Amino acid sequence: MTNPTRLHAHEMASQLRSGETTSRELAEAHLDAAERDNRGLNAWLSIDRGRALDEADAADARLTAANAEGPAAVAATHPLLGVPIALKDLVSLAGGQCTAGSRILEGYRSPYDAHITERLRDVGAVILGKTNMDEFAMGSSNEHSAYGPVANPWDLETVPGGSSGGSAVAVAAFHSPLSIGTDTGGSIRQPAALTGIVGMKPTYGRVSRYGIVAFASSLDQIGPFARDARDAASLLHAIAGRDERDSTSAPMPVPDELIALPASDDEAAAGLRGKRFGLPREYFVSGMEPDVERRIREGVATLESAGAIVEEVSLPHTDYGLATYYIVAPAEASANLARYDGIRFGPRLGDGDVLGNYLATRGRGFGPEVKRRIMLGTYALSAGYYDAYYLKAQKVRTLIKRDFDILWEQGFDALVAPTSPSVAWRFGAKMADPVAMYLSDACTLPVNMAGLPGISIPCGLSEGLPVGLQLIGAAWSELELFRLARGFEGVTAAADWRGQEPAQLTQAADPGAATPTERAASLVGT
Amino acid sequence: MPGLSRDDVAHVAHLARLGLTDDELARLEGQLNHILDQYAILAQLDTDAIPPTAQTIELENILRDDVARPSLPVEAVLANAPDREGDYIRVPPVLDRGD
Repeated sequence: MTNPTRLHAHEMASQLRSGETTSRELAEAHLDAAERDNRGLNAWLSIDRGRALDEADAADARLTAANAEGPAAVAATHPLLGVPIALKDLVSLAGGQCTAGSRILEGYRSPYDAHITERLRDVGAVILGKTNMDEFAMGSSNEHSAYGPVANPWDLETVPGGSSGGSAVAVAAFHSPLSIGTDTGGSIRQPAALTGIVGMKPTYGRVSRYGIVAFASSLDQIGPFARDARDAASLLHAIAGRDERDSTSAPMPVPDELIALPASDDEAAAGLRGKRFGLPREYFVSGMEPDVERRIREGVATLESAGAIVEEVSLPHTDYGLATYYIVAPAEASANLARYDGIRFGPRLGDGDVLGNYLATRGRGFGPEVKRRIMLGTYALSAGYYDAYYLKAQKVRTLIKRDFDILWEQGFDALVAPTSPSVAWRFGAKMADPVAMYLSDACTLPVNMAGLPGISIPCGLSEGLPVGLQLIGAAWSELELFRLARGFEGVTAAADWRGQEPAQLTQAADPGAATPTERAASLVGT
Repeated sequence: MPGLSRDDVAHVAHLARLGLTDDELARLEGQLNHILDQYAILAQLDTDAIPPTAQTIELENILRDDVARPSLPVEAVLANAPDREGDYIRVPPVLDRGD
């Protein structure tokens, strides 16, 4: 029998229904892998074996009952029934920890389930645990976690990207076929690119954020990680849709075709014929690694070889995206993070008056990047600067959104672009210069500013490290994006880089492996 | 746009209720000014006639029926409180009664 951790979620679904495997068997194999590798990778902040196995047994009981009832009952079960999944540690899971990667939430236990946790329970997915992340989702390398960095299994001395670095590595390292991330400026797509997997940021409003720790409320969106487009689409199908507890979740229908993407590579590839892609020239930013650009251009040529039409286009306000984002996101964060005051939950530090407690709790509870963003946001919103910074940024945001709108009016099916200007970099390489770190999101954050869906899919390797191709669509076009992504998988099914496993996964599994914290420390000053 | 002085940084830290060390204030002064320099690019754009975007999907005000629903149990809420007394969260005195 093949190693169950190498199965895709849709393969698990068919084996669970045919009786070839059980949800318990799948959960045990994945839990074993996650626990074995966690010293070397640090992808997980908590693994709850007992609860996961209970959920797996419940899923097996549901499958048995459906099988006894007949084919109609089996067909009515969701493809995620009995399939393992990981949650980023900012998704509420009743009774579980929810640190958001921060000391200020150490010891906090979620009193209720997030909306998406309820949905995952409803369909019968098996939650293995919670994954590491940059503190409050602020970061592009996962080095800003209060609980230590995460190593990239392709090269253990490099970062996995961020902020959803743990969720990306959990899927790339075969600890789970699926995981949940959040994306405010690239936090799903960029780590998906750097770890060689699929990650989607859906349209703003597609998934309810009830029960998710907020970062920047006009930008945050929840989305799936998986090892292929079909699995990621099934996960989005399970979590998307209107929820009255999040008034920004939109009453848009969720298409059932998300769980019926073509299984055949040829059929999927044929779907690319006649599709019209825009290639935004501004996304080939200065400082982009030449070999990354080569992989992207090869990916574009592959789309053309399958009959797609690719035209160079312009998004003229792209260069203003970074400054706009780094006003809007910190401003919203500074307001959202005002709630962490040590009064109602979390540790309370200080021993004096209320003000003294606030200063101590927040001064010692937040890490350096979070403090930097709170400072930026507080400044941008403060008296006398609001018009110059925040209002100005919101106006430029309109221009950025209009750039995209013009292309949709011209009839493009999607845009194709790099996800990240570079492959995974070494620990510490961008820690001294916040602006260098921020620039790694230059190709992803305009998509959040415009509220659009974007997906990163693997398109090859650069010196042994994964490169991600980004597809960007009009609002609510997730199904189309998944079909195009599936088409790209179909055309590249025989490529030599497909099926390559992360090169240093075996080293990470060594019980004597150095931890990512140790590796990061040894690289300082080299 | 003028840069931030050390006093400005300390003032913003106070507004944000962040207790920062002298080292942190010094480091932030340099880093924040470097980041603010990046913002200068926005001045190139004439945005006088451009409306601001606060939210990207065109949802109108969404209302729900005003129906009373059960809240979380008191114990579930207070389980996370750093200090409690009975069914209350205990905090240091907020008002100085002068006694």
